[in-house]
Amino acid sequence: MYQFDYHRAQTVAEAAELLAANDENTLLAGGQTLIPTLKQRLAMPAKLIDIGNIADLNFIKAEGDAITIGAATKHADVAASPDVAKHLPALAHLAAHIGDPAVRNRGTIGGSLANNDPAADYPAAALGLDAKIHTNKRLIDADPYFTGMFETALEDDEIITEVTFPHPEKAAYVKFPNPASRYAMVGVFVAKTPIDIRVAVTGAGANGVFRVKEMEDALSSNWSPDAVTGIKVPEDDLLSDLHGAADYRSHLISVMAGRAVAATM
Amino acid sequence: MALVSMTVNGKPVSGEVEGRTLLVQFIRENLSLTGTHVGCDTSQCGACVIHMDGKAVKACTMLALQAEGSAITTIEGLAKGDDLHPVQKAFKENHGLQCGFCTPGMIMTAVDMIDRIPNLDEETVRAELEGNICRCTGYQNIVKSILDAAETTPA
Ligand SMILES: Cc1cc2nc3c(=O)[nH]c(=O)nc-3n(C[C@H](O)[C@H](O)[C@H](O)COP(=O)(O)OP(=O)(O)OC[C@H]3O[C@@H](n4cnc5c(N)ncnc54)[C@H](O)[C@@H]3O)c2cc1C
Ligand code: FES
Ligand code: FES
Repeated sequence: MYQFDYHRAQTVAEAAELLAANDENTLLAGGQTLIPTLKQRLAMPAKLIDIGNIADLNFIKAEGDAITIGAATKHADVAASPDVAKHLPALAHLAAHIGDPAVRNRGTIGGSLANNDPAADYPAAALGLDAKIHTNKRLIDADPYFTGMFETALEDDEIITEVTFPHPEKAAYVKFPNPASRYAMVGVFVAKTPIDIRVAVTGAGANGVFRVKEMEDALSSNWSPDAVTGIKVPEDDLLSDLHGAADYRSHLISVMAGRAVAATM
Repeated sequence: MALVSMTVNGKPVSGEVEGRTLLVQFIRENLSLTGTHVGCDTSQCGACVIHMDGKAVKACTMLALQAEGSAITTIEGLAKGDDLHPVQKAFKENHGLQCGFCTPGMIMTAVDMIDRIPNLDEETVRAELEGNICRCTGYQNIVKSILDAAETTPA
């Protein structure tokens, strides 16, 4: 690792000020992505601003017909939350299957959404449930938030503070994990909310997480696995790498989508 | 350099570290507690698992300064004098190790899972070991050791 300074922020305002002060300053949440990146010398920050201990970012709140989760909330806390289990079991299931227990004890929802790894799990839930991403500056809808592989609408000095998920009528997430890393080779989140029906796919897109309009339309008239298993996502826009070729991922999307719909019935 | 202070195996400790000093480096090099191992540089092998404030974490994927003010338990903190911890005893009795390199991390992960999950079964143990890699045993006797320890540990 290159040299850097470390600062533990006590408030979001303090973190925001430090982040804006220097282009080379970087936020540190759970560190489960950033620290491995630093070890490989793929980043050279001047100062790490640790937001992991800020109390205002560590909470799970069930209010009205939505659940709001603080950005620094750990995957293990989401997985174990009675509120999440009651209103959004699909999200509890998703969080419980990220990486391994030690990763889940440190990694955070805000870090996962900010990083937007094309194989990460939370982006599928955020896009699939039309989550609202709150930052220290504004509120961003999930659709415009995800702008490409490792790319988001966040500005350089913007901090995710919390994420709001509406209670769906039905929802499920099924992933085909990479046998070595447990990241998604393909993960499909399906949801029926009071407003619309969504199918979000992670692990497969050459531009990161994406929605499958054709499957959403098919499910609107017929909520059953048969409605989606015959629909193929074109290979052109899919990842092809040592873990799997695009045609294999395309096949997995149809199968996982069918399983996800089946899991809601 | 900055001063970091924490409690390790019940004893208050402190030391001078750089921003980039990993928690596992602080434990091994400053405190000379070399039971916590480093088996990879990709956060995948689990040889470095310790408990921070009662939760299993990878000490190679944390900065020492992130542990400021916390209570750490390492593999050295489990036995009471010559009396092995029940999970250590179970690994010994069930041949749960060969070369032993992965064992400190396996045992810290096992203690955490036994504390957290009642009525462990084989499938759950194998899923919970996702972040711990063993190059020798084929996991069979590790799983057996953990199930044995879970049975003999009072809930
Ligand atoms: C062995 C291993 C297995 C894993 N398996 C999976 C898996 O199966 N599925 C999966 O989805 N993930 C997996 N992960 C990644 C894990 O979920 C990470 O925790 C997550 O991607 C990043 O969260 P973090 O809190 O650790 O972020 P950090 O590593 O601290 O930060 C990541 C990035 O986000 C930025 N950031 C952090 N918080 C904020 C914020 N509030 N606002 C703005 N920017 C912010 C940081 O500046 C940094 O650029 C795995 C990681 C490891 C080490
Ligand atoms: S040394 Fe920590 S996971 Fe390998
Ligand atoms: S006993 Fe040798 S690595 Fe596990």
